[in-house]
Parts: sequence; C-alpha cells; structure tokens
Amino acid sequence: MVKNAATIGRSGVHDFVLIRASALVMASYLLFLVGYLVANPGLDYATWQSLFSGTCVKVYTLLALLAVLIHGWVGLWQVITDYIKSSGLRATLLLTVNLVLLAYFAVGVVILWGV
Amino acid sequence: MELSEQNVNKQRPVYLDLQQIQFPATAIASILHRVSGVILFVSLAVLLWLFATSLESAAGFQTVTDLLNSLFAKLVFWGILTAMAYHLCGGIRHLLMDLGYFEDSMESGNNSARVAFALTAVLSVLAGIWLW
Repeated sequence: MVKNAATIGRSGVHDFVLIRASALVMASYLLFLVGYLVANPGLDYATWQSLFSGTCVKVYTLLALLAVLIHGWVGLWQVITDYIKSSGLRATLLLTVNLVLLAYFAVGVVILWGV
Repeated sequence: MELSEQNVNKQRPVYLDLQQIQFPATAIASILHRVSGVILFVSLAVLLWLFATSLESAAGFQTVTDLLNSLFAKLVFWGILTAMAYHLCGGIRHLLMDLGYFEDSMESGNNSARVAFALTAVLSVLAGIWLW
C-alpha cells in the first residue's frame, strides 16, 4: 500500500474516506448557513449573535472548520503534488497551506469563544 | 524492409489540428473542481474575517452589512458562491459515482459533468438574484 508522510490520512484509502466524510459535513453546514441567511433577509446583530451563542451551532461550526482542515489538507496535497515538481517548493507550499488551514481552525475557535 | 515501411517508421512531425483538439467535459469538470477548491481555500480567509467582524460587535456587524452592499464586494461574494456551487455539484457527482449510480462509461461521465455545469449555472444565477 502506498504511504505518504505529507497527507493527513495514513494511506490513499484513508485520504479517500476522509475527503468524502469531511465533504458531507461541509455540504450540510453550507446548506444550513446559506439556508439561514436566505430565510432571514433583514438579519440584525442580536439575532446573528444569538445564533452563534448556542452550543449546538458553535460545535457545528467547529466541526465544519475541522472538516475544512481535513478536506483542504487532502485536496491541496493532491493539487500541489500533481503540479509542483520541485521538491523544495512543494514542501514549502504544503507547509504553508497546512499552517493556513490550521490557522483557519484556530481563528474559528477564537471567534466562537467570544460569542 | 520495404521502402514504404521505412517511410512509415521514420520520425516525422505529427500534424495536430489545434482547432480540432478539445478537452472532454470530464476533463473540464476535473480541472474546475481543482480550481474552485483552491479559490475556496483562499476565500475562506475573507469569509472568516467577515464572520469574525460580524460577531465582534453591533458596529462590526454594520461594517460587514455595509461592505456587502458595495458592488465590488457583491461581485467577489458572487464569485465565491459560484465556486462553492460548482465544488458542491462536482463533489455530489463524485459521491454518486462512488455509490455506483452512474454507468462506468465516457458518455455517462460527460453527461454527469454537463449536468454539474448546468446546475452550477442555475445556482450561480440564483445566488446573483439573492445578492442583488
């Protein structure tokens, strides 16, 4: 079995499952959030804030950001390893992308902590 | 070896009619899935900033509301929503393929790719109507 140290899953099969599972979480969250925004046209701050102060929506948002971290890690690994042939540049890009994805997740935690 | 055979085996330039060469819909679907994925990765920085500002304070929420009313921001947001719509449609297409709902053929792949394009176009128009 092919193993690669730079992916988040331990094998291609693991990556395959991870990218699909995370996709389902993100797709449902996207439909939830867009649906909410479409259903509430004249949204005000108090309503918006109370939505994200609930534990369920907080956890759901963090799960979606965790899914982004996993999905982006696998997906951008696929894109970068396909097109960037220079190993130095590839490693640098992979590191940067994964750090940005981790930062996105951290930002989400910090934002929701204060709500 | 016959003279004619020698001619055939000669390394000769191949004539490629560039007007005739076209990517199949499946190839376009694949590259668009990658492009939209990279776009979404980058745009998440903008979305998270909007999210943070909108939840920070009432003034921050107002800043985001005002910003999203400008033409430039609407165009950017529309682009992001279109990328999301395509990535979602392409992703659902892949999941349906994995579950074996489509026939394993080039024709089926091209057809489902075209359906994904059409659905994206519809969703993109709907997103535009919603924003404006």
